[in-house]
Amino acid sequence: MDLKRRIVLAAALAAAAVPLAAQEKFITVASTTSTEQSGLFGYLLPIFEKDTGIKVRVVALGTGQALDMGRRGDADVVFVHDPEAEKKFVAEGAGVNYKQVMYNDFVIIGPKSDPAKVAGGKDVLEALKKIEASKAPFVSRADKSGTHAAELRYWKSAGVDIAVQKGPWYKETGSGMGPALNTASSMGAYILADRGTWLAFKNRGDLAILVEGDQKLFNQYGIMLVNPAKHAHVKKDLGDAFINWVVSPAGQKAIASYKVGGEQLFFPNYKGG
Amino acid sequence: MGDEPMRAPVSILPLRLEEVSFIAGGRPIVDRVSLELEAGPRTIILGPNGAGKSVLMRLCHGLLAPTSGRIEWAAPERPGERRRQAMVFQRPVMLRRSAIANVEYALGLAGALAVERAQQARAALESVGLAHLAERSARVLSGGEQQRLALARAWALRPEVLFLDEPTASLDPGASVEVERIIQAIRDAGTKIVMCTHNLGQARRLGDEILFLNQGRLAERAPVERFFNAPASAEAQAFIKGELPWT
Amino acid sequence: METILHALRDAGRLMAALDPKLVEIVGLSLKVSLSAVVLATALALPLGAAIAVSKFRGRQTVIVILNALMGLPPVVVGLIVYLLLSRAGPLGAMGLLFTPTAMVIAQTILILPIIAALARQAVEDAWREYQEQLRSLGAGSGRAALTLVWDIRFSLLTAVLAGLGRAAAEVGAVMIVGGNIDGVTRVMTTAIALETSKGDLALALGLGIILVTLVLLLNAAAYMLKEAAQRRYG
Repeated sequence: MDLKRRIVLAAALAAAAVPLAAQEKFITVASTTSTEQSGLFGYLLPIFEKDTGIKVRVVALGTGQALDMGRRGDADVVFVHDPEAEKKFVAEGAGVNYKQVMYNDFVIIGPKSDPAKVAGGKDVLEALKKIEASKAPFVSRADKSGTHAAELRYWKSAGVDIAVQKGPWYKETGSGMGPALNTASSMGAYILADRGTWLAFKNRGDLAILVEGDQKLFNQYGIMLVNPAKHAHVKKDLGDAFINWVVSPAGQKAIASYKVGGEQLFFPNYKGG
Repeated sequence: MGDEPMRAPVSILPLRLEEVSFIAGGRPIVDRVSLELEAGPRTIILGPNGAGKSVLMRLCHGLLAPTSGRIEWAAPERPGERRRQAMVFQRPVMLRRSAIANVEYALGLAGALAVERAQQARAALESVGLAHLAERSARVLSGGEQQRLALARAWALRPEVLFLDEPTASLDPGASVEVERIIQAIRDAGTKIVMCTHNLGQARRLGDEILFLNQGRLAERAPVERFFNAPASAEAQAFIKGELPWT
Repeated sequence: METILHALRDAGRLMAALDPKLVEIVGLSLKVSLSAVVLATALALPLGAAIAVSKFRGRQTVIVILNALMGLPPVVVGLIVYLLLSRAGPLGAMGLLFTPTAMVIAQTILILPIIAALARQAVEDAWREYQEQLRSLGAGSGRAALTLVWDIRFSLLTAVLAGLGRAAAEVGAVMIVGGNIDGVTRVMTTAIALETSKGDLALALGLGIILVTLVLLLNAAAYMLKEAAQRRYG
């Protein structure tokens, strides 16, 4: 008798100690691992919280998963970087108050030994053609992310039907940016990465940025509120407050001022009133 | 406070067995045994190994159910009521608590109130000479001490019948003597003793009547002196001759 | 080798400085896993004991299934709980997704079979020893089982520790239902996963060393408790 009562009591106390959904003001934002790993949120969100008193809880997944989270109603705001997927999301009625807010850029990372001879190039499509021709190892995230979607677009524009032309040189890891970079680093492979994750990445091995600056490599971010008409529990006011702050002069300035190793990673480009 | 044996309004004795069998693995361990156990005489169950002595006692005590036949006490045992019979096994099983706590546990099961338990438990320990070890952890006591504790625990319940399954088989001679003394004391206080043993000398010392089992059958039943001096059945004769006279 | 040395250095630095982020993460890990262990034990001990002492049809099948559930993959448990707690799921209205409560729920489900199966084994072994004596004294099955469980409580501690070890070490379940939210649902294992994917292997390893040390200390404490009890009670 004693033991059982004691255990049940302890369980009740423990359950009470675990904080339930806080009374504090907070929103849940579904975003991407590359954005989180760039450190942007760690910098930006405290500023937002100080301005408005609203806490932001970021769940970082791939772009595809983040949008799915929005469709299920498990987030209040979605903040990703795949304009085609975002527009589809809004057209479905899953998102409202959609704004394009900033861009960062992709770079082609590769081994310093550069077997495909792409270093210093200014054209991403040329570089990819050379990589495919030389069958040099290339790591693809293959995870429905914005980065992955961009990679597929580049192959297509370069005239490479990657689904058909891929071979053992093309490694699909199905993972986030960081793990994919780990894989590329350990096998000395080429990889398309966002500059932010690369700058924060510490396990570079023999890798370096080989191709950058091509306008085509710019990666546009969009933010939207999960449609409260579809999910009544969505925190519309708090979510809108976040979106409006991100596109406000204060928010845009904060984005621009985030630097890693002295370099600016994200370029605010909200146009519109 | 008295030490009177508590008698329920109606005694549970006599115990009647009618054509009781216990079959396990296809073999009858107890084979159509019929007998009646009355209050009074100390009953010793004797027999060679595998004769079914332990199983017979467990059937009587209610630990096993017979495959066929009937076992009937004079007053039926109802679940939830205090048991009026107790059993001491060859190897005592103690809880990981103090000696006195083990006795108190049994008293608690029997429905004794908390205030009574401590007092009755202590009295039981005194009567077996273990009062000085009351607070000692039961499982660190010696074999003999644990068996005496088991007897104290059984006696505290003031049973009408006490079954004992080879209680001294695992003990040294000194401890055995102590245990026999306690069994006598329990009997003197009014409890019927039913004991099985290998030890012919012990049977002669402690018994009033002998139930001789062989291959699951009740081969012979006789007062102790007649059994040893003039065993009627051939099996009993062979059995007694086969054992060394000084055990 | 260099990474390992950096890892040891990072671990040492974080612990010595009592880095507030580290303290927060470790605190949450302990809160979540210990809560899960308490809850799972409260459910699993009676379950394991009941199966151990009862006879019923299909008992063997139940035991086999229980043993098999010990190997539930954490990520599968996480997925199932996620689908239950998602707004699109049956329990969505409770708003538990991405909270420590969800993590406790997932871990409780994960470790309940482990504690129950191991408890069942321990109780069944002890039942063989105690059964006759307890029944002889007049204890009904339920009362006898409770007495037994209390008597072998220090052996059952081993089962509980096995559950704790599993909970503290897993990342699949808490990652999916917790979301690894900074400051809210980030625990040691998800932090290690994050740092690994950021390429900060030294820090990840350092956190790993801290986690293993913590679990080691808990186990050592429990072992000494068992030894002391063994000496005292026999």
